[in-house]
Amino acid sequence: MLIALGVCAVVAVVLAWEVIASSLKPALAHWQLRLASGWGEDVAAYDPGRERRAEHRARELLRSCVDEEDWEMYRDLGFLRVWGSDGSGTGAGHGVAPYAYLIYPHKPIVAYVPRSSRLLSEYCVDFPDTERPFGSVRLPPSDDVLAKWMALTADERRLIENANLHLAGRQLDPDAVRSDIAALSRWEHERRRRRDAASLRAT
Amino acid sequence: MRLLRMKPGHGEVLIAEGDVEVAEQELALIEAFRAQLDQGMWAAVPVVAADGRRQAELVRDFDEVPRDAERVIFFPRAAGGR
Repeated sequence: MLIALGVCAVVAVVLAWEVIASSLKPALAHWQLRLASGWGEDVAAYDPGRERRAEHRARELLRSCVDEEDWEMYRDLGFLRVWGSDGSGTGAGHGVAPYAYLIYPHKPIVAYVPRSSRLLSEYCVDFPDTERPFGSVRLPPSDDVLAKWMALTADERRLIENANLHLAGRQLDPDAVRSDIAALSRWEHERRRRRDAASLRAT
Repeated sequence: MRLLRMKPGHGEVLIAEGDVEVAEQELALIEAFRAQLDQGMWAAVPVVAADGRRQAELVRDFDEVPRDAERVIFFPRAAGGR
């Protein structure tokens, strides 16, 4: 009887160890990786205040470069829309271009058809600063948006050729993007309504 | 004219500033401009298009920068991301 109980106890201990070890393994691996990559240096280099100030500067620069409407779009919705120019012959048309892009910070650029909200593709593009001035190659989020906006409005083909093309949905949830397109449509409708009301009051 | 460069962890940094109508200052601007391009930066000038909308122009040489441009913005060249 005692032997049987002893065996049961040993089996229980072994099983419990297996369960605990399997849950501890990823955490151990993570800590080993952090230690190997100089965790202490990362902590010293990362300054959330600096990143916040950098993003504040980047937002001001973006605001000073884009149209007021585009700035408000980014401020309110978190992304910019740029009309496509290739093939339309209309340049940055006001809703007449056959396709447009959504620019998100540090996410792929999404091409879509405004009339149908059909998603076309994702263009993955980065602007890595290899000098790593503060240990990172990544621009502040709003600088990333401005860099994409400048490159797209200046030379759409050049930027697209430098990007990695993927089918829509590879990184960004298509439903979330469609929801953003719908939000943009509502935002523009509301903006037009307010503008019309203001001009009516003025007359 | 001001030459600005986007930097990770900082936002834009003033690289150089000067009056293109003053020969000495223009030379300093050209030198700073070329140094940024040599470091692999793209240079863009914010402009207003004929239809009144704002956009940007990528420039590869200082001669392509409009004389009345207030800013040239440098940013790392685009690379295919994941």
